[in-house]
Amino acid sequence: MNMIEAINSAMDIMLERDPNTVVMGEDVGFFGGVFRATAGLQKKHGKTRVFDTPINECGIIGVAVGMGAYGLRPVPEIQFADYIYPGLDQLVSEAARLRYRSANDFICPMTVRTPFGGGIFGGQTHSQSPESIMTHICGVKTVIPSNPYDAKGLLIAAIEDNDPVVFLEPKRIYNGPFSGYYDRPVEPWSKHDASAVPEDYYRIELGKAATVRAGEAVTVLAYGTMVHVAKTVIEEMGVDAEILDLRTLLPLDIDAIETSVKKTGRCLIIHEATRTSGFGAELAALVQERCFYHLEAPVERVTGFDTPYPHSLEWAYFPGPVRIATALEKIMKD
Amino acid sequence: MPETHRRPASNLPPLSLHIPEPRYRPGDTPDFGDIDVPAVEATPRPGEATKPDAMRDMCYGLVRVLDFDGQAKGAWDPKLSAERLRAMLRYMMLVRAFDDRMFRAQRQGKTSFYMKCTGEEATSVASTMAIDRADMCFPSYRQQGILIARDYPLIQMMNQIYSNRGDHLLGRQLPIMYSAPEHGFFSVSGNLATQYPQAVGWAMASASKGDSRIATVWCGEGSSAEGDFHSALTFATVYNAPVIFNVVNNQWAISSFSGFAGGERTTFAARAVGYGIAGLRVDGNDPLAVYAATQWAADRARTNNGPTLIEHFTYRAEGHSTSDDPSAYRAAQEASAWPFGDPIARMKQHLIALGEWDDAQHDALRAELDDLVKTTQKQSEKLGILGHGMHQPFETMFEDVFEQMPWHLKEQCDQMLAEQEKKFGPNWKPE
Ligand SMILES: Cc1ncc(C[n+]2csc(CCOP(=O)(O)OP(=O)(O)O)c2C)c(N)n1
Repeated sequence: MNMIEAINSAMDIMLERDPNTVVMGEDVGFFGGVFRATAGLQKKHGKTRVFDTPINECGIIGVAVGMGAYGLRPVPEIQFADYIYPGLDQLVSEAARLRYRSANDFICPMTVRTPFGGGIFGGQTHSQSPESIMTHICGVKTVIPSNPYDAKGLLIAAIEDNDPVVFLEPKRIYNGPFSGYYDRPVEPWSKHDASAVPEDYYRIELGKAATVRAGEAVTVLAYGTMVHVAKTVIEEMGVDAEILDLRTLLPLDIDAIETSVKKTGRCLIIHEATRTSGFGAELAALVQERCFYHLEAPVERVTGFDTPYPHSLEWAYFPGPVRIATALEKIMKD
Repeated sequence: MPETHRRPASNLPPLSLHIPEPRYRPGDTPDFGDIDVPAVEATPRPGEATKPDAMRDMCYGLVRVLDFDGQAKGAWDPKLSAERLRAMLRYMMLVRAFDDRMFRAQRQGKTSFYMKCTGEEATSVASTMAIDRADMCFPSYRQQGILIARDYPLIQMMNQIYSNRGDHLLGRQLPIMYSAPEHGFFSVSGNLATQYPQAVGWAMASASKGDSRIATVWCGEGSSAEGDFHSALTFATVYNAPVIFNVVNNQWAISSFSGFAGGERTTFAARAVGYGIAGLRVDGNDPLAVYAATQWAADRARTNNGPTLIEHFTYRAEGHSTSDDPSAYRAAQEASAWPFGDPIARMKQHLIALGEWDDAQHDALRAELDDLVKTTQKQSEKLGILGHGMHQPFETMFEDVFEQMPWHLKEQCDQMLAEQEKKFGPNWKPE
């Protein structure tokens, strides 16, 4: 399965298993979503379980809060993560706080799915990476898969979770892993181990990182598309790096990070999102607090730039192989 | 002048920007003589299944039942029993007694904040009495009448207001932001109008499950300018959601009059027209009209005829909250000049006209309710008041952010507990 099929399969299974699961969003019903993530679900599960919504993100998330409070398990789709902002108040002030403010009177078990990230020539409004904004909200979990197998298991766990989850789907790798070289042919997921996705139900616990590659020389913290870019660069450079795919940013697998950095003594953090106040800043601070006396070089960040996402200069913006290699060379120097 | 601000050459007079101004300011003598008060019999009652476009006039008229002599008349008379009328009166009076007492408690420094609904009691009490006990209410912050009309224990309201150890919300919420699922009362948010789409979602969920319960939701006319309001109406019409939208038009949103929400150009009920939703404009100071309109809308929703928007035309007779001083922005006599009177006085007059009530009974009831509120207040204050010590175990601050506490919150909780132990010693217990 590719990542879209895996995500589709997760929703299909949850619609089947739990009559309270509903899937909703712009174009998700009859058409099956602009990325086809919900293809066939309405036909199979019916129009009241899988349906189109008005183009109104505040309404989509706000209505999902009410559905969750009723006892449903809504899985709203925001067509692009860039459009989560019109619905952000319902997420921040309502969904995220409902359990707390009502002392468990009401809960909001929703999973907001949304494609995010760049590398598809989407311009300023189809490329953003808002994960650090999500992790800054108290009461929301943030999940980012990097391959089909994880996407399915994590999405099932997210839908079953009784708290609101923002499930960010790196759209650049929907159809195949991305090396970071935009001028090379893209390999399909079918050539990758993670494409072996079981048809049946399985879940991957939220809050657990995965070791993509074991190594001794440096720890690379990445998630989503950047896991694959990092892997390509590291293999090409022949660095003995350990790559952790964080998978869930909140709750974060701090133990995995701490163990790895203490072992390697060096840490490189990679994300696509803009640099200032990005999630990398949080990771760097945590590593510094917990592993300072084990560090042999300053923690480095490789990120997007603090500009709106450019269209034609997309590949100059993208934290690609050159930027990663330069940072790795620096960190490995002494 | 910068180039971009230059007027284009033409013979037209310059454009001018309109900034709404209320009709009266402090020092003015208000005169509401020009407000159209249609005769009680003038407003027809369409069938509950009437298509919205066949009842547009209802968005511009006024549903009324009680005339100013206390007689119930016209097509909208819900013909309630004397017993039910007295119950309605009692609930409204209890709301007022409660408000007065809690307002005073705030002034005495026993809590941080309070909001009265004086003059608007009918818009929550009569409205709640007209729906089923199992229907879910999504209140804004001025609908204490819902809880009272559903016999929610007064002491629990007070415990919440005092954030004391009886507060089941553990002191997390601003006073008056209650939550009572078992009374069909959704948790109150401080963000205006957010509950509008949530009510629609709840109603959609109910419909999709083949349930028979409906949702009702309240906001002020000021808040109807929020995007959430329009999101909610869009979703409600698209999915024909079984929901009742209440807009309590009390003329003022803190110091901004209704003109700043668009009220100069049209009615708030007329917002329904653009969405193809049924709209009713109601005399919000007439408890029977509020009851009748809500009952109509509830029947409509329950028979799959869709949502209704009800504008309750009323007046905020007191300050916005304990933090507000209305004499700074509005004419002093506005409340008394308001042509629709006071809902409690009108209900009393009606019952007296029916021969079902008298002044002595009224005074006795008021005394009884004041007493009830006072006694309850004493009990609640035994559980603590805001600012007098801490009433909740410290660690509750970190609970319920998530179903299970993640490591970073556990760490922060431990840090806070260590700080508190330094301050208060290891044996500290909540008061
Ligand atoms: C989203 C949001 N913006 C602003 C406020 C601050 N605020 C609290 S009450 C209020 C006025 C609301 O007026 P209205 O909706 O007419 O209701 P009323 O108080 O008259 O019942 C404002 C601006 C808020 N609570 N939420």
